[in-house]
Amino acid sequence: MANETDTGRYEPLRSASGEPLKVSLRRSLRRQKLQALGLVAPLFLFVLVTFLAPIGGMLFRSVENQIVGDTLPRTVAALGEWNPNVQELPDEEVFAAMVADLKIAREARTASRVGQRLNYEFSGMSSLFRSTARKVARIDEPPYKDALIKAHKGWAEPATWKVIQRVSAKYTPGYFLAAVDAEQTVDGDIRMLPDRQRVYLPLFWRTMLLSAFITLMTFLLGFPIAHLLATVPTRISNLLIIMVLLPFWTSLLVRTTSWIALLQKEGVINDLLVGIGILSDESRLTMIHNATGTIVAMTHILLPFMVLPLYSVMKTISPNYVRAAKSLGATPAYAFFKVYFPQTVPGIGAGAILVFILSIGYYITPELVGGTSGTFISNRIAYNISSSLNWGLAAALGAILLGIVIVLYWLYDKIVGIDNMKMG
Amino acid sequence: MTDSNEPIVRFIDVQKSYDGEILVVKNLNLDIARGEFLTMLGPSGSGKTTCLMMLAGFEPATHGEITLNGKPINNVPPYKRGIGMVFQNYALFPHMTVAENLAFPLEVRRMGKAEIESRVTRALEMVRLPEMAGRRPGQLSGGQQQRVAVARALVFDPDLVLMDEPLGALDKNLREEMQYEIKHIHESLGVSVVYVTHDQSEALTMSNRIAVFNDGVVQQLSTPDDLYERPENAFVAQFIGENNRLMGTITEVNGETCTVDVDGGGIVKALPVNVGGVGERTTLSLRPERVTVDPPENSPNVFEGTVEELIYLGDHIRTRVNVCGHDDFIVKIPNAAGHASLAEKAPVRVGWEKDDCRALDA
Ligand SMILES: Nc1ncnc2c1ncn2[C@@H]1O[C@H](COP(=O)(O)OP(=O)(O)O)[C@@H](O)[C@H]1O
Ligand SMILES: [Mg+2]
Repeated sequence: MANETDTGRYEPLRSASGEPLKVSLRRSLRRQKLQALGLVAPLFLFVLVTFLAPIGGMLFRSVENQIVGDTLPRTVAALGEWNPNVQELPDEEVFAAMVADLKIAREARTASRVGQRLNYEFSGMSSLFRSTARKVARIDEPPYKDALIKAHKGWAEPATWKVIQRVSAKYTPGYFLAAVDAEQTVDGDIRMLPDRQRVYLPLFWRTMLLSAFITLMTFLLGFPIAHLLATVPTRISNLLIIMVLLPFWTSLLVRTTSWIALLQKEGVINDLLVGIGILSDESRLTMIHNATGTIVAMTHILLPFMVLPLYSVMKTISPNYVRAAKSLGATPAYAFFKVYFPQTVPGIGAGAILVFILSIGYYITPELVGGTSGTFISNRIAYNISSSLNWGLAAALGAILLGIVIVLYWLYDKIVGIDNMKMG
Repeated sequence: MTDSNEPIVRFIDVQKSYDGEILVVKNLNLDIARGEFLTMLGPSGSGKTTCLMMLAGFEPATHGEITLNGKPINNVPPYKRGIGMVFQNYALFPHMTVAENLAFPLEVRRMGKAEIESRVTRALEMVRLPEMAGRRPGQLSGGQQQRVAVARALVFDPDLVLMDEPLGALDKNLREEMQYEIKHIHESLGVSVVYVTHDQSEALTMSNRIAVFNDGVVQQLSTPDDLYERPENAFVAQFIGENNRLMGTITEVNGETCTVDVDGGGIVKALPVNVGGVGERTTLSLRPERVTVDPPENSPNVFEGTVEELIYLGDHIRTRVNVCGHDDFIVKIPNAAGHASLAEKAPVRVGWEKDDCRALDA
């Protein structure tokens, strides 16, 4: 081996003690790595327990489907044999299992919950289960098939059984399909809902569109401010930065409701316009509880998130660049667009992605000022969590929102590069 | 208009204040000749950059007038002045390649594509970087960036180029190399250069004339040899080259000779350059290489002293002597055949000619 160098191959470098240099380097760095890990560990555990684990658990609900198998175990087992293409209705055995399951479910008060779950897939299931559960105690001898159909004629529908059979799997795509306005037919085919019934896709689209517009507005308003902050003497810029940050020290609710006070029909702006005679009393503008309200209030609230990254980038751009451009003959406008502006792009990217991501997940402000035309997908998620109690759907919607954010982040990294992003 | 005897730039009674309280430039009058390499030399904060910024058009003069090619330019915006400029940290546009940086002033002037390409190529050859056209400034070394900045300031053939401490960020060897390179470019193009530096050896190496700045005032405007040999005040004598300073009081002025009673003891005969009358304070300035050891008896100034320290520097021996009550008096003894050989703590006789000892302001 030692002579191999003659033929142009080299042995790995060795340290003084004779072991390969890479090995001894790795060992000397291990201590440092362990130390770094130790410093990070408490925060990491905290984030894991209070943030990542709950989010993971919540996202899991978007595909989880234990309820049917847990509540109707006998039925699910018996239905395994049934082939709807051969037999119109399942055997007596399946009906018997259903009666047994329902009796237990009635005792445990879980019958209406499973009915509700099945209702997401096929409407009418909820009332079928509720009314049958009430009567099932009185069914105590075969033939169970006739008895059940007598209790509710829904049990004579093959569709009822097909849905139960399909939804008995442990995991379901159903919530995700619902979240993109699609559904599975009784026969298991996937199809989009008709246009009129679509709720979530238009809402996703509106959320993205309004957020993009809000991002654009914060950019248009924030760029000149950031430029001013970066160019005035420090004494003045410190004062101005405090004014930019002032909103952060005011409660979000206060800021949002003060926009209501300003913008509503009987609000300050309308009163003023009527007072000076620009508007007649009947034609007061509707500026709140619609998309306009959301845009105005959100632009105001998110503006600092655009200004600060822009400012921190602009602060590092030496005035000598624009001076150099001018000395080379460029007019102020040309120097601005060709020399100054391109150097602010990392700040624009950072600000825009920050504002956009914050915006598409925003809840409180659209809830208060958005009316019906200015609400976001997050308001719908909250509705599914707290009012309709369809957590699976809420989780699926949340997962899609998270997916969109991650894709955007990835796209941004491809185009601008995360390394170029400057936050401060 | 472009009469070659007319100065390319004139500062006429120019004053500048940033805050309305302090004059950063006080009554500047300066003519810069066509084709000249003029250096503004002075310590940090003396107003050199401010003068350059006023000339380039980035700072307005508070008072007075600046003319370029005979026309007042106080109200001409910088991009119409046609002055090339090299900035302290080069200010190369980081998002453009070297070639795009060089093409920038040409595109602004709406030149044809072929013309731009040939000029960029020529400029890169001039600074010996033809392979770097496609690189970004961040991928170049400091010296290479420096060259690109010089090329960019010259590529559109300006009559006048301003350079603000362009070599400040380079290490010593590279700085010296670049000094010669810039000097040669100046000579071959015949362009006028106004150069700012706080490094006196750089100024001496490169310039046709040097304006020494201190505290917003031009202390002396002369050729390098004149500045070194005939400083007109104590600041210039001290700032340029090494200098022995002896403080004293004038006891007699007699035409080309004055007699000074030095504070530490001793009567010195000196050349009165910038002095008041009898009884006034003065600073005597004497270059270390003009002091001789064991001078002839008829020398006007001969003193007994003690050798404090000897430092061997190859071409000369730097000797610190305690004389006339000053223990920081430096004598340079050239390492020539038969030079005096001294020992530390030994007594020594030193002397100098009257004309080499200049009596300046206190
Ligand atoms: N933009 C400015 N605003 C206020 N004061 C300035 C500005 N630029 C320079 N000064 C002051 O003017 C004086 C001269 O500065 P400058 O011209 O940069 O000197 P130099 O280039 O000789 O080091 C310094 O005291 C400096 O603090
Ligand atoms: Mg300066």
